[in-house]
Amino acid sequence: MDWFRKTKAGLVSQQKKEIPDGLWTKCKGCSEVIYSRILEESLWVCPSCNYHFRINANKIIKLLLDDGQLERYDENLSSLDPLKFRDSKKYTDRIVASQKKTGDLDAVICGLGSIDTVPVSIAVMNFDFMGGSMGSVVGEKIARAIERSIDREIPLVIVSCSGGARMQEGILSLMQMAKTSALLAVLAKKKITYISVLTNPTTAGVMASYASLGDIIIAEPKALLGFAGPRVIQQTIGQDLPEGFQSSEFFQEHGFLDVISERKDLRKNISLCLHYTYTPPKSLGN
Amino acid sequence: MIEGPYLDFEKPILDLEKKISDMVEFSQAENIELDSEIKSLRGKLKKLQDNIFAELSRWQRVQLARHPKRPYTLDYIKMISTDFVQLHGDRYFADDKAMVCGFARIDGRPVMFIGQQKGRDTKSKLHRNFGMANPEGYRKALRCMHMANKFGRPIIILIDTPGAFPGIGAEERGQAESIARNLREMANLEVPIIITIIGEGASGGALGIGLGDRVFMLENSWYSVISPEGCSAILWRDAAKAPEAAEALKLVAKDVEALGLIDGLIPEPEGGAHRDPEMTARNLKGYILKSLEEVDQLEPAELLKNRILKYRRMGVYSE
Repeated sequence: MDWFRKTKAGLVSQQKKEIPDGLWTKCKGCSEVIYSRILEESLWVCPSCNYHFRINANKIIKLLLDDGQLERYDENLSSLDPLKFRDSKKYTDRIVASQKKTGDLDAVICGLGSIDTVPVSIAVMNFDFMGGSMGSVVGEKIARAIERSIDREIPLVIVSCSGGARMQEGILSLMQMAKTSALLAVLAKKKITYISVLTNPTTAGVMASYASLGDIIIAEPKALLGFAGPRVIQQTIGQDLPEGFQSSEFFQEHGFLDVISERKDLRKNISLCLHYTYTPPKSLGN
Repeated sequence: MIEGPYLDFEKPILDLEKKISDMVEFSQAENIELDSEIKSLRGKLKKLQDNIFAELSRWQRVQLARHPKRPYTLDYIKMISTDFVQLHGDRYFADDKAMVCGFARIDGRPVMFIGQQKGRDTKSKLHRNFGMANPEGYRKALRCMHMANKFGRPIIILIDTPGAFPGIGAEERGQAESIARNLREMANLEVPIIITIIGEGASGGALGIGLGDRVFMLENSWYSVISPEGCSAILWRDAAKAPEAAEALKLVAKDVEALGLIDGLIPEPEGGAHRDPEMTARNLKGYILKSLEEVDQLEPAELLKNRILKYRRMGVYSE
């Protein structure tokens, strides 16, 4: 009987790592093996094929803000699992695992800083935390970031990286789209700059709310941008998707993206757009 | 035989109803007195209905929300208003048949109706794209809402969609942008916006016309961040686990009301809206008129302030 016993374990899915700890990293774009220190120096962009590796929120903050400095706000907001949601795992377990992995309580880091001397209220989403999904905490923190812009009359910068609204908080997550967009209506009325930066991926509920509402929208090259997931579209229409579908380049070609910026130019491009739109208060300009 | 499509859990009720009507017919035709038997069967029917509908699972309510005989947007517009003039097209690209817009009168008062529209037979389902709007649908809705704003007419929205359409063209024309823009613009309209989920309220496709001063749900409607099928496919990796996903998502009217996210639950007749569309429409109309009366009192600035505050408060977290 032992002949028939399964001796090999089934396929075990491994956690995909975007930023490796090892010395060498294989590029996802061209499969070239890159020395990690070189990769770091090139801002996690492949020197051969320009593939932009996904980087976490802290690295983005360091890259964009003057001296890499952020005065953090609302760090203690944490999810409460209002639906007592459970699929194959409990939502609370997923939260704890993501908190351990990232050192943050949820999927966005917010605060005040400056970019090339222009003061900004900034929010940077973190894909490492449950796919950057937006539940009550992300929605509330984005809302407060918008309010800090309104209160201080300073530009708003949101760097998105998210698969969309968080299913585990059900309808509450959907309502965060309404909450953030309604506050952006107030911001727009006050004629305050909002620059939306899209990184790989920005889709679904986040794309269908604040990520799409920037005065100026900037994305990294070849990011996945869109409303529905490619697999869902494929299943719905029953045919293969065109090459480059839902990429930054596709998005720009169809008129929904102002600037595609390589990571090394991202700070400069944001800074230019800020300076073109922001007028400092006169009382400070002596 | 029972006429028309029905759900599994409706069958015992429909069978018994048929039995009663047969008995009534027989008693009249043959002039035989069966009053006590009929009365007893009607009592049994009532009990059966009470039992079945008192314990509906969330998944069963989702099925009621999708019932093939359930009244759709245009049915309600016909039942609660007069002189409907449908307005077509987004002025950019096309006329989306999954979204209907137009002026009508409710009790003589001019209003703008907006809502997704489903079809009932194969041909009309395709014509309406199963109630799944493309960007041009959301843009048509926004154009008509701006017009209502311009002429000071309240906006009455009826939501019934399995989602915004996930297609290549929809992505090319900016499905996400069209929904996002609607959310921001709706926060700025200075006329009352009264919203009711009448059937399915799936995700961004529903919310894209769903930001307003009052939001109601019909008793057997659902409203969720994702459809039960979509959720089960992603989290359970099995679309057949939709009933479990429906339970976990807490997506029926009672759940959403308990979370404090809607202003009320509009009762349906026992068995669902399709069992008595006129009664459902009367209930719906009552809620709409009462809400209009309430928000009519407000100055535009106060209306907008309240609307933004209503959404500002939504969210559950610790700090």
